[in-house]
Amino acid sequence: MTNAGSAERHAVPLWRDVRVLRVAAQLVVVLAVAILLGLLVRNLTGAMAQRGLSFEFAFLEQTAGFDIGESPIPYRATDTYAQAFLVGLLNTLFISILGILLATILGVMVGVARLSPNWLLSRVAAGYVELIRNTPLLVQLFIIFFAVLSQLPAVRDSIALPGSIFLNQRGLFVPGPQLAATFAPWLALVAAGVAGAVATWAFARRRGAASRPSYHLRTIGLLALGVIAVVGWIVLAPVRFDVPVLGRFNFTGGLALSSSFTALLVGLVIYTAAFIGEVVRGGVQSVRRGQLEAARALGLSEGQILRLVIIPQALRVIVPPLTSQYLNLTKNSSLAIAVGYPDVFKIGVTMANQTGQPVPVIALVMGTYLTISLVTSLLMNLYNRRVQVLER
Amino acid sequence: MSVETLPPPRTTIGPIAWLRRNLFSGWVSSLMTSLVVGLLLVLAINIGQWALTEARWDVVSRNLRLFLVGQYPADQLWRIWLALALLSVLTGASAGLFGRTSRTLAFALSALQALLAALVLASSLGPVAAVLLAVNAAAVWIGFVLGVRRLVPRRLLVYAWIASLPLSFVLLSGIADTPMPSIGSNLWGGLLLTVLIAAVGIVLSFPMGVLLALGRRSTLPAVRILSTGYIELIRGVPLVTILFMADVMLPFFLPGDLRIDRVARAMGGVVLFSAAYLAENVRGGLQAIPSGQIEAAHALGLNTVQTNIHIVLPQALRAVIPANVGLFISLLKDTTLVTIVGLLELLGIGRAVLAQPASLGATMEVYVFVAVVFFVLCYAMSQASYRLERELGVGTR
Repeated sequence: MTNAGSAERHAVPLWRDVRVLRVAAQLVVVLAVAILLGLLVRNLTGAMAQRGLSFEFAFLEQTAGFDIGESPIPYRATDTYAQAFLVGLLNTLFISILGILLATILGVMVGVARLSPNWLLSRVAAGYVELIRNTPLLVQLFIIFFAVLSQLPAVRDSIALPGSIFLNQRGLFVPGPQLAATFAPWLALVAAGVAGAVATWAFARRRGAASRPSYHLRTIGLLALGVIAVVGWIVLAPVRFDVPVLGRFNFTGGLALSSSFTALLVGLVIYTAAFIGEVVRGGVQSVRRGQLEAARALGLSEGQILRLVIIPQALRVIVPPLTSQYLNLTKNSSLAIAVGYPDVFKIGVTMANQTGQPVPVIALVMGTYLTISLVTSLLMNLYNRRVQVLER
Repeated sequence: MSVETLPPPRTTIGPIAWLRRNLFSGWVSSLMTSLVVGLLLVLAINIGQWALTEARWDVVSRNLRLFLVGQYPADQLWRIWLALALLSVLTGASAGLFGRTSRTLAFALSALQALLAALVLASSLGPVAAVLLAVNAAAVWIGFVLGVRRLVPRRLLVYAWIASLPLSFVLLSGIADTPMPSIGSNLWGGLLLTVLIAAVGIVLSFPMGVLLALGRRSTLPAVRILSTGYIELIRGVPLVTILFMADVMLPFFLPGDLRIDRVARAMGGVVLFSAAYLAENVRGGLQAIPSGQIEAAHALGLNTVQTNIHIVLPQALRAVIPANVGLFISLLKDTTLVTIVGLLELLGIGRAVLAQPASLGATMEVYVFVAVVFFVLCYAMSQASYRLERELGVGTR
């Protein structure tokens, strides 16, 4: 055996041995990439040394010295670059999460409208999708920001919308929620209700698999929980809405959304919703007709068909492309720079210009986006695994 | 017992029945229809009134040359029309030689140029440009006839397509000390620059994307890891950051005396970016190839390279053509981002036009015009890609 094996090994010359070739090919590729990267890095260090720069993040400790229009955390110009960067990161996350929520809601509505048996509604939804998908997001943002929001009347002549909402050049002023002292008791009440429900459910489950809580029992439980929450909300009034009031120069109180934030949010939501609408439509249409017919034959109601047959199967198709739409929205939020919203990219550009250190700053910004993307796809993949069919 | 009189049957055909079935099938549907009709009426009246009476479209006609070609010298415009004529003839000939979908594209190209000729006639560009554009529109049909009559060999057409991009580049940038003096890319702009960046982006990223896709599916771990790393890295960051890096950081990465102009830097950024997305499209096509094809090729004694070139890629690339048209559409839309690094493509020209004192207050007009141009281009291409999908029978075979 060993003799035969060694004879065979000698029969194949080294340059035709697949195993040798595989290793050699990989070595060549790795070497080529390493040489290319090495050249680039050599050039980079040379150019940076020439300009008296270095690849260090020490500048993060220095005073930033620039103001940021809007920030979820307290920030002053005397704070460090690191804090300014954190503000940008939080702004990016804030607008992305809010955008994803709203775009999902609008997108599902568009997708459902597209599938509506009402011909007019489905044509209008299709027109919306075509119009939005075939024009660049940046042009849409420019139209919303420069041609609409910037042309609005001045603060003094604000457009008043029902529900104490005001719209003017500076942005959107809406009633802001403020937590009252009764918020904690209300939250405790709801938490107790949820805990009770979970405990009951666990208890019922332990009673045996045969005596699973019936569907009606579950509905009644959820309904009771909802009633507790709503009645508690009315009686305790845990959240007070602070209404914006026109002062001498500007509105005070309430929640002020700057026009750059509003433009970016509206633009991202309208744009992404068109894509999500198509994703939803594709997902629902992927459910085979036979499934619907079988469900009807079994006597399920339309609501049950939707909940038990269509949605579970459509979700399998929807989740992966939906993930990439969420990622696109997050990446597209970097267009904030065009309308002046201080997101992580805009603050990064300001930092790069001020410090004269574009290389580490851009590395930091790219690393940030990469991390956000990876975390988002990780979460969505976990969810995807839940909705995928279990192959047995 | 008397016979019960039955009411006449409800109509099941005809326009009334159609309305009842599709618009008023129940009270919810009726309510929805009325709401949508009301909304559409309000929108149509407002938009129509604005567009026909209030909007100052002269800001577009006055600056049409800027919108189309940027600051390209007026006396050298024939070079652009010539490059366009080359594209027209080639598209027409391909439409004649190949299938129905390229016929749609050729028709769209011809119609667009005829439309443009009419627009140009009403603008500052003058009648000569309009006539030349009309000639180009006709050139599509000349090419079409040549193709249908089989007067152009297939092979020649393929070579002509390959040569057309560098040829157009030479034509546009010119050669010093000739009747076509060189014109710096800083003077290129408008729609010309938009289309050039998108075309260069898709064409140059193609070989890179195919290699990356093959690399990602390779059995060699080092190749696979490097390809996957590149693709995921690029797809994880926004295009603006890559453009910004290409604009600001590229000089750092190049040897000291090498200078690359801004347009080329932006194009480089776009190529690096779209290669990663193209690779993912191609990977989809590669995965659709049944493994039996590859095993059969190996059994016939083809090595890996031969298998890829003769068996796998022809099938995979054919399957991903519609997806690549989609990529080209999004690339065309994404070219607007070069405005952010200061290039004057269509949107950038729009901003520049708005900076003129004479265009004060015409913000909506300018951006709506830009949006309409993008819409026409992208919509035509997306329709072509739907047809292509049906023609190639992707997913039905």
